[in-house]
This record gives sequence, structure tokens and C-alpha cells, in this order.
Amino acid sequence: MAVRNLSLSVRAGEIFGFLGPNGAGKSTAIKMLLGLVKPSGGRAVVLGASSNDVSVRRKIGFLPEDFRFYEWLSAAELLNLHGRLCGMEAARLRERVPALLDMVGLTPHRDKHLREFSKGMLQRIGLAQALIHAPELIFLDEPTSGLDPMGRRLVRDVIRAQRERGATVFLNSHLLSEVEVTCDQVAFIKDGEVVATRDLRTHPDDEVRVVVRARKLSQEAIAGLTKWTTSSRLDDEGLSFVTRSPSDLPDILRHLIAAGADVYEFTPERLSLEDMFMTIMGEDRGL
Amino acid sequence: MGVWIMAGVTFREAARKKILWTALLAGLAFLALFGTGVHFQVKDFNTLSIPPFVRYQAITGILQVGFYAVDLLAVVMTILTSVDTISGEISSGTIHAIATKPIGRWQVLIGKWVGFVGMVAAYLTVMFGGVIAVGYWIGGVISQNPIRGMLLIFLECILVLTVTFLFGTWCSTLTNGVLVLGLHGLAFIGGWIEQIGGFTHSQRLVTVGVVSSLIMPSESVWRRATFEMQSPITRSLPFGPFSNISAPSLAMIGYAGAYLLVALAIAIHHFAHRDL
Repeated sequence: MAVRNLSLSVRAGEIFGFLGPNGAGKSTAIKMLLGLVKPSGGRAVVLGASSNDVSVRRKIGFLPEDFRFYEWLSAAELLNLHGRLCGMEAARLRERVPALLDMVGLTPHRDKHLREFSKGMLQRIGLAQALIHAPELIFLDEPTSGLDPMGRRLVRDVIRAQRERGATVFLNSHLLSEVEVTCDQVAFIKDGEVVATRDLRTHPDDEVRVVVRARKLSQEAIAGLTKWTTSSRLDDEGLSFVTRSPSDLPDILRHLIAAGADVYEFTPERLSLEDMFMTIMGEDRGL
Repeated sequence: MGVWIMAGVTFREAARKKILWTALLAGLAFLALFGTGVHFQVKDFNTLSIPPFVRYQAITGILQVGFYAVDLLAVVMTILTSVDTISGEISSGTIHAIATKPIGRWQVLIGKWVGFVGMVAAYLTVMFGGVIAVGYWIGGVISQNPIRGMLLIFLECILVLTVTFLFGTWCSTLTNGVLVLGLHGLAFIGGWIEQIGGFTHSQRLVTVGVVSSLIMPSESVWRRATFEMQSPITRSLPFGPFSNISAPSLAMIGYAGAYLLVALAIAIHHFAHRDL
């Protein structure tokens, strides 16, 4: 089963990251929410409506992973076609198409056929078609795949601009550094289930990794850390562990000293998204 | 509205396919050859002072060859241009950006179908009209029931198109092409078996032919078209390439129409419910 009991609360107007290793069910979950894949049991609900409800799609935009379309269409023709499929009037499209081409930096290529586009340009025009009808909810599946650093920055700016106008963005990406600087909240999915969520805007309750250099660290002292930590490792570099909350740090230090350890270094480090990912997924699972 | 948008883009897509233009060029080359042949035949008839009745029979017979060539080109072109329109877009992921727009999947499928129907209609009009024009202006002959004949050939092409769409919602492009061409081949062989059975008065052979027509009625529709367009004398000939010892009945044409509608309904249902 690719996805089970998946329930996500995404607040309106935020950028939500959806993370997990290959085969975790990220794309399947998005496809279910968009009605492309039927659940084998239960039902998928998005914006309060069934994913099979055609009318709810007026409020949804979607950039598929590895966007492809009729290569004989020009960039402007493609946007016009998708706008018409979204029920947009010709007059509105006359304003909207040039504005979107400008937004994704393709104005000089508006009459060029898609067959002449690079992968990065295809991603950009794919992003524009997802936004053509100014949707409330936007699903972006690997939007920065194939983009150079300038392209990534442009996509990041476009995503933030959507948040500014009040849209909600659901971002599925392998590039954790991109997610870290773009998203407000992330969910980690593993084996088809959401195993953790993190709010990247607020930090007080975030997990913290602590590196400890000490002598006379007994097994009992390390074993006693489990009530505060989610994982720990002892190697030649010393002891490192991840706490559930920074507020536990004084208690942990007191525990180590009380257990007879001579502590030379006790360094808390904020977990990067990649650290969180590895902690949650386990380091043996590749991206 | 979604249907017409999809029909428009599909018609444009089909019109860009090389196979269509190749089939059109092949068709025009055929028409030129056909016209030249009819021209020289008429010239020879004039030289030999052949009676008008015999001339009429001979030229309507030649026109049948022309219709047969047009039918073959149209059917093959229909299959080859439409074979990947559903399966190809599913496998490439192109369908994802369309199927998530606020239109029903049935509109996507019907729109594509209408687009190809338009392309087939345009192709047949040019090619069939070309044969009629050659017969009228060069041969001085108009075949029997040309409109009815053309509509029947059109029905045959749309039937093959619909079966191609049906398999396209299930199979890969290659499998789809093999299946549809195989079914049409089965119908073709079945038609001949039925003819031979009719000539040799073998009811069992006729039954085999009828069963093959029930499995795929495309060839029956073509044989009904030739029956309609033949002169009464030719119709009564005992055996020949376009003879109809056992002409398909109007009930068989009705069956072909119902077959088409059922195939289209199943295609819509399956496309609407399958994972993309």
C-alpha cells in the first residue's frame, strides 16, 4: 500500500513541504489529492471536497514532476490552452499570459515551440501553467528539478509571491536546502504514513543535536539519556545525541556530571532539515 | 466547452503528424495514378468504340478499386495517427497536466475522439471526393449511392478509431497497435471466408465469417459500402474481389453502430476510473 491514513492540516497561505525518501508515497499522495490515482479504500478530500470533484480543481494548480506537454505548442499557446481548460475568458487570458511569461522569465521565448525548450525552461513554463488561473492551492512536484541556481531562485521567488497573494503551496521536493529556505511547515512521510511534522518558522521546541566530549562516560550514563533523547551515538569523535527540546539541556548536563563524567565540551547545534530528515528516516534510507 | 477545446488541440495535433501527411501524399499520388489509368482506359474505349453499357460497367468496376485503396489508406492512417493519443500521453505523463484541470476525464477522451473524427472526415472527403471526381470528369461515370458509400467508409474508420481508443485506455501504444491491426485483419480474413462460403454454398464457412464480423465488424461495413456503390450487374456477379455473394445486412450495419457506441462507452468508463 503506497499511502495509508494520510491526514495533513495545511493552513491557508502557507508553504508546506512534503518530504520522504524515494518510494515513501509522496507523489502517490499528491496524485490521490488531485484525483489522478484512486484510493484502494476510503476517500481523498481536498479543500473540503472529494478529489474526484471536478469543480474543486478550479481552485487547484498542479506542476507534475518532469512536466511534459505537446512540444509543437508555443509557450504562449500552452498557457492559453491551459487557461481555457480552466474556464478563463479570452480577455483575462490576454492580460494573464504575458504577466505569467514575465513572472517565469520566458517573455523572450513566448512564440518558441516547446520542442526547442531546455529542461529548465520546460519547468518554468510548467510552473506558469499551474498558476494560470491564480489557484488557491498549488501542488508543485519537484519544481526545481533540472533548474540552475538562477532558476531555483526564480522558482523560490514565484512560490513566495503566491504566498503573498494568499495562496497555499504544497511543495514536494528532494532538495532539502530549497525546502528549508522556502517552506513554513514540513511533513515527513515514510512507508505511506506521516511520521512527523515540523514548523520551520518557530524554533523553541525544535530538536537539538548535542556533541559531548567527556571522559569517564559510563554505559549507565549513556543509557540514562534516553528519557530526553530521540537518538544517541558514541564513537571516536565522542558522544552525540538529539534531544526532544532545548529546555532539557541543563538536566542532561547535570545527569552526565552526576554519573561521574568529566565533561570538556557540551555543544548544542540546531538541527538542519537534513539532520531532521536523517534522524526521522534513519540514515540507511537514501533520498 | 472542455470537449471542444480538447477536440481543437487534438485536431491540430493530428494534423501535425507526419503519418497523416504521408497518407495524404500517398493518396494524392494514388489519385494521380488512378486518374491517369481511367483517362487511358476511356481513350481506349473511344478508339475501340466500346458500347456505353460496357464502358459504364468497366469504369464503375475501376472506381471500386479506387474506393478500396481509399478505404485501406483511411483505415491505416486512422489507426497509426490515433494509436498513441491515449496510451502515449499516459506513459509520458502529458495527461497529468490535462486531467487535473477542471474538466471531466470523459471530456478529455471525447474531445480527443471528436478531434480525430474531424481529421478522418477531412481526409476521407479529400480522398473519396478525388475518386468520385476522377470517375465523373475523366470517366463520365458516377458510382451508385456515393454518399451512402462514403458514410459507410466513414463509419468503418470511426469504428476502428473507437476500438483504438478503447485499447489505448488499457494497453501500451505498441500492444494497442498490434491488437487493432490484428482485429481488423481478422475481420478482413473473416469477410473473405464468408464470401468463399457463399460461393461454395458452405453454411459453416459463412457462419465463421459472420462470427468474425461480430468480433470486429469493420470489414462488414466496407463490404456493405461496396455493395451500395456497385452497379446492379456487378452486384449479381457470382465471385470477384468486390462481389458480395453474402452482402452484409443493414442489421449488421446497425450492429457496427451499436458496437462503436458500446466501445466508446467502455473506453470512457475505463479512462475515467483508471489511475493515471
